[in-house]
Amino acid sequence: MRRLYQIIISSEFWKSIFRTRNFSTNLGRSMVIFNNLFLHILPVKTKRETLHFGATMYLGFISFSLFVILTLTGIYLMLYYHPSVPQAYWDMKDLQFAVSNGVFIRNLHRWSAHAMVAAVFLHMLRVFYAGAYKTPKQFNWGMGIMLLILTLLLSYTGYLLPWDQLAYWAVSVGANMADAAPVIGPKLKFLLLGGNNIGENTLIRFYVLHCVILPLAAAGLIGVHFWRVRKDGGVTPLFRKRSEQIPDNE
Amino acid sequence: MSKDNQKNVSRRDFIWKIGIGSVAVSIGGASVLTVRYMKPNVLFEIPTRFRMGMPEDFSPGSVTTDSKRKVFIIRQKTGAFFAISSVCSHLGCITQYRSIDEKISCPCHGSIFNLSGEVLSGPAPKPLQRVLIEINDRGELIVDTAITVSDDYLLRV
Repeated sequence: MRRLYQIIISSEFWKSIFRTRNFSTNLGRSMVIFNNLFLHILPVKTKRETLHFGATMYLGFISFSLFVILTLTGIYLMLYYHPSVPQAYWDMKDLQFAVSNGVFIRNLHRWSAHAMVAAVFLHMLRVFYAGAYKTPKQFNWGMGIMLLILTLLLSYTGYLLPWDQLAYWAVSVGANMADAAPVIGPKLKFLLLGGNNIGENTLIRFYVLHCVILPLAAAGLIGVHFWRVRKDGGVTPLFRKRSEQIPDNE
Repeated sequence: MSKDNQKNVSRRDFIWKIGIGSVAVSIGGASVLTVRYMKPNVLFEIPTRFRMGMPEDFSPGSVTTDSKRKVFIIRQKTGAFFAISSVCSHLGCITQYRSIDEKISCPCHGSIFNLSGEVLSGPAPKPLQRVLIEINDRGELIVDTAITVSDDYLLRV
């Protein structure tokens, strides 16, 4: 077993993917991060204090994990769902009753969506109370606000897709809130609904927004958000005095 | 053109301005095109102007609900007609007529209106909109939910 492991990690193929194997030095450990597309979004060094549960309560990580779950389950749902007025409701019912494990995927998507709104909001509160919106992190706070708005828009556009009474009237109410905006309100509502009433145009518009435009925008902003955390540093709790902080070299 | 008036534009500057200018023009053009594309020209919605039948089909003191076209046709005991939109003035849900207490209620947030469309309770900020009802030359009732009229508008036949 050990020999097999040795053969695999010393093979040309393995070495072409993972270039660094020396974990014994700081340089080696840094190189592992540098040389990996997925890891390089993480800082090479981080303060022990920032990794402490109390610093972030892992709410950002939880939000991102939910985003990943939502993307995957969303792709599953797209395979059975047709965004058309005669089909949409019945496809949703088929997912619940006729498709194997359909109800599990649908519920996972729905509950994760509710949880993501809560997690993003709590993440924002945690960052606020830790004072992590202050210099030099103002830009990333702004990114966070945009991501909160995107999360809410994703939630709102997804709400219409089951095409049941709750969906229809909730989106009616939301569209009328947009309508109340000064000057641009009525035009905004018309563009959002693709007409004067919620109908076929609205369903396809919300579908495209929900499945393509908003997730792509969110993924892009999440990338920038993570990059800035790496550059500016994460949340450091203020409630502890410097003398009580866990030393980095511990 | 005299030589004094010529501004000294370097080649690099000139190319830079051409570049920025063309990027601005293409972004602007694409934005206008996109917004225009988003606005549908043909809508397959039910018409806002429609016939409701002959006046004598409505008995005095009656309320007729057309939930598809979102309108109430009310004929008073005096015989006069008026039409009010059933779209709630709060956030656009469809209100329902309750014959048991002769009130109009909204299922979404609980606003209550009387038969004139005035708010009795709930979050609705203004009365239900009174819309145009008229008689065409064949003596039929015509309703247009896109044309609003004042709250004392009555059609006498």
